[in-house]
Amino acid sequence: MRYSGIRQGAYVLLGLGALAAPMVFPAYQAQLAVLWLMVVLALTWDIMGGQMGYNSFGNIVYFGLGMYVTAVVQRDLFFDVEEYAAVAGGIDAQLSVLQYFAGLSLGLLAATVVCVLVAALLGSGILGLRGHYFAICTLGLGVAAGEIASGMDYVGAGSGLVTPLYPADADSRGAFFYFYFLALATITLLTLRGLYARRFGLAINSIRDNEDKAEAMGLQTTRYKTMAWCISAFFLALAGGAYGNLIGFIDPIDVAFAGSTLGVWMVLMAILGGKGTLWGPVIGAAIFHLTQEIFWTYLLGWQRVALGFLIIVIVVFFPRGILGWFRERRHRYVVAQDASGDPA
Amino acid sequence: MDNARILVDAPIFALQLLVDGLLVGAIFALAAFGMALVWGVMNIINVVQGEFVILGGFVTVYLASAGFHPMFGVPIAALVLFVLGVIIYRAVIFRVVERDLFTSILATFGISILLQQLMNQLFGADIRNAVSGFGTVLLFDGDIAISVIKLIAFAIVFAVGAILVVFLKSSRLGQAIRATAQNPRAAKIVGVDTDRVYATTYGLNAALCGATGALVVMTWVIHPFIGLIYTVRSFMIVVVAGVGNLAAVVAAGLGLGAVENFAGFILGAEFQAAFVFSLLVIILLWRNFRLSRHRKVLR
Amino acid sequence: MTILLEVEGVSKSFGGVVANRNISLSVAPGKVVGLIGPNGSGKTTLFNSIVGYHPIDAGSVTFSGQKISRLRVPQIARLGLLRTFQQTHIYAKMNCTKNMQISAATRDRGLRHMFGRVDAEVTGKAERLLEFVGLYPKREQLAGDLSFGQQKLLEFAMALMSEPKMLLLDEPTAGINPTLINGMIDRLKKANSELGITLLVIEHNMRVIMNLAEHIYCLAHGELLAEGAPEVIRGDQRVIDAYLGAH
Repeated sequence: MRYSGIRQGAYVLLGLGALAAPMVFPAYQAQLAVLWLMVVLALTWDIMGGQMGYNSFGNIVYFGLGMYVTAVVQRDLFFDVEEYAAVAGGIDAQLSVLQYFAGLSLGLLAATVVCVLVAALLGSGILGLRGHYFAICTLGLGVAAGEIASGMDYVGAGSGLVTPLYPADADSRGAFFYFYFLALATITLLTLRGLYARRFGLAINSIRDNEDKAEAMGLQTTRYKTMAWCISAFFLALAGGAYGNLIGFIDPIDVAFAGSTLGVWMVLMAILGGKGTLWGPVIGAAIFHLTQEIFWTYLLGWQRVALGFLIIVIVVFFPRGILGWFRERRHRYVVAQDASGDPA
Repeated sequence: MDNARILVDAPIFALQLLVDGLLVGAIFALAAFGMALVWGVMNIINVVQGEFVILGGFVTVYLASAGFHPMFGVPIAALVLFVLGVIIYRAVIFRVVERDLFTSILATFGISILLQQLMNQLFGADIRNAVSGFGTVLLFDGDIAISVIKLIAFAIVFAVGAILVVFLKSSRLGQAIRATAQNPRAAKIVGVDTDRVYATTYGLNAALCGATGALVVMTWVIHPFIGLIYTVRSFMIVVVAGVGNLAAVVAAGLGLGAVENFAGFILGAEFQAAFVFSLLVIILLWRNFRLSRHRKVLR
Repeated sequence: MTILLEVEGVSKSFGGVVANRNISLSVAPGKVVGLIGPNGSGKTTLFNSIVGYHPIDAGSVTFSGQKISRLRVPQIARLGLLRTFQQTHIYAKMNCTKNMQISAATRDRGLRHMFGRVDAEVTGKAERLLEFVGLYPKREQLAGDLSFGQQKLLEFAMALMSEPKMLLLDEPTAGINPTLINGMIDRLKKANSELGITLLVIEHNMRVIMNLAEHIYCLAHGELLAEGAPEVIRGDQRVIDAYLGAH
């Protein structure tokens, strides 16, 4: 391919830039970590919505579930539930480095297992719904999860849950989470790239383009749909589990099952960048996150209103997204080239 | 779950819950009328439904603070929201009417987020309510108490429903609306201004929500972020009742109100919202399951 | 086995309208059978009933010795019974080659298959079949960009890719440029003779079906009117009346 040299160069540049960022912008470590989180959210949404045509408003369920499972494992490994709630993040709740990372690792592992299992279970039922019914059903699921969590005392109910304190200073904490999310985003991207190049990618695209036809040809659509959701759930669990630790405090509706914020933003980021493409969600996440940070800094008080406007603008005026726009131009060029000499 | 035992030991309690639930359900049905209209005519699932309701409530709150009785909120909120609905149609909705359903869901979701935040900025996040001062009626030696405002609301809903049915059947605009619902292209060809029909339908929906909001704020409370549950309630009612049948919508609304009330009592008030959203999931799954046994699928 | 597809007494109504009434037909393996009849006689409904698109009201359908009356479309497809549509059903945003690759017949249904790369063998077969229907030059084009006739050819090729035992074809030459219909007839014959696929074909083009089929069933008003060899059907007065008299 002609562009291969430029492309490889771009990847290298991006990689170096990503690795150097926390040193160059130390004050923005947390925001940059969140940037990579957004990339993961957008990519995992795109498997479902962009590649498979199942527009999910409920991916946030796995994000929040992963968050809670990780935190609960981290807490229950070393503390008594009531003591912990009483002390809630104070000095007495301090863990050693080994305890913290062991707890975190086990928590994340448990989170992935739980989330994938839930996806497999829910998938067989919910993925039988089509189009807008699927969208609204998953919306209900996301909100229901938040409401149920708000009522469960075991996880702190409405008061939320505090995650264990990071066992070192703020700088190393910032660096840790930055590189964690960078690694997670990279692994997610590479995994998806591999999947899309294989039969799995073909299958989910065929489900998107004509699910009835795919079924009529004997494709086991339920299996593929559920697998797609399980893959999303896997990465979302890893994202959620760590995010809970980054924020330090898990609120059931604003942080964990943040259906009206993160849950909707992941859809928009993928659309903005170009849904159904590999890099679209990445670009969309970057632009969206940057815009959001700008709004938060310069439009204080009205930032969410501005974000609401942005959502409408994206949906109404840029449904194909950035990469989608490029693709369409190239596509029209190819079709025009080919239009001559068509017998059939 | 011991709450459930109370219902068995003292059935009068169950009757109270039932009556309250049915009355409240009628109010849900009012918003559902509008949802059915917009869905049937424009093929749009209006996620802004709840926010229109809340806005209707806020109009009523400010009307009350200006010295008017909140009952005036019903027609006035309807009017204000009608205008707002038409404005929103002309600003955004007309662009997504003929696109796929998902785009309209996202677009209306965006508008709903925008309105929530605007309400938050302008009105503050406190919960509000308006006092109708109509008191309660006591039945069965004081064992059952029914607030008069809920009875009035119930009557209003039926009246509005009847007016709607007559309007759609007999008036020219109503017929234009029905024609557009059945086949927009054909309607255009015979000279129906489909754009005007859409604008009117959307405004009408907003008006119905506005009136609902006025009733809601008198029977309960509102705040800027509680809209989604009304959207979901309207959606569930229309899914169960179907788009064309207003009587079925009323029945479904009453049913939902009753079921919710019982659930809220048995599970505890803090789980009532969780119940409503879970019910949405269950209803959709159940419907799909029933269709799939006939080798069909919910579209 | 002597009969591959056996349809016995199948009836189907929609609301008050009877689309199929007590229809019986059978197709022996390796044969090409035609299904004709004026518009509205219930041909496509019969196809839908056979492949599991909707439940039947009465009767039974047996394929390859197995009762399929209650099975769903994907299950029936996996038994080797496929159908094509009047309106083309292809994967619009994927290119022709990918449309073919995803249609490949598979025995293996495990995880390794799901996550494996597409075999070179499959791709080779895809390209050969695209060549067979004359679409090889267009293999990189998005299926949605093809003309209607080309999409029909692609759909046909995709069905062949799946190595079915039997194919139900719903008006395969409709919408194809008349100069290319001979080519289509040839391909159908080759699919039958070289690939051994049994065909049941709905057709309106009399020249095509008389040329192609060995046995023909004629439907009218939802019922089986006549059946027999092409020459017999061609001369059958009832059939002629049905076509001339029908609207």
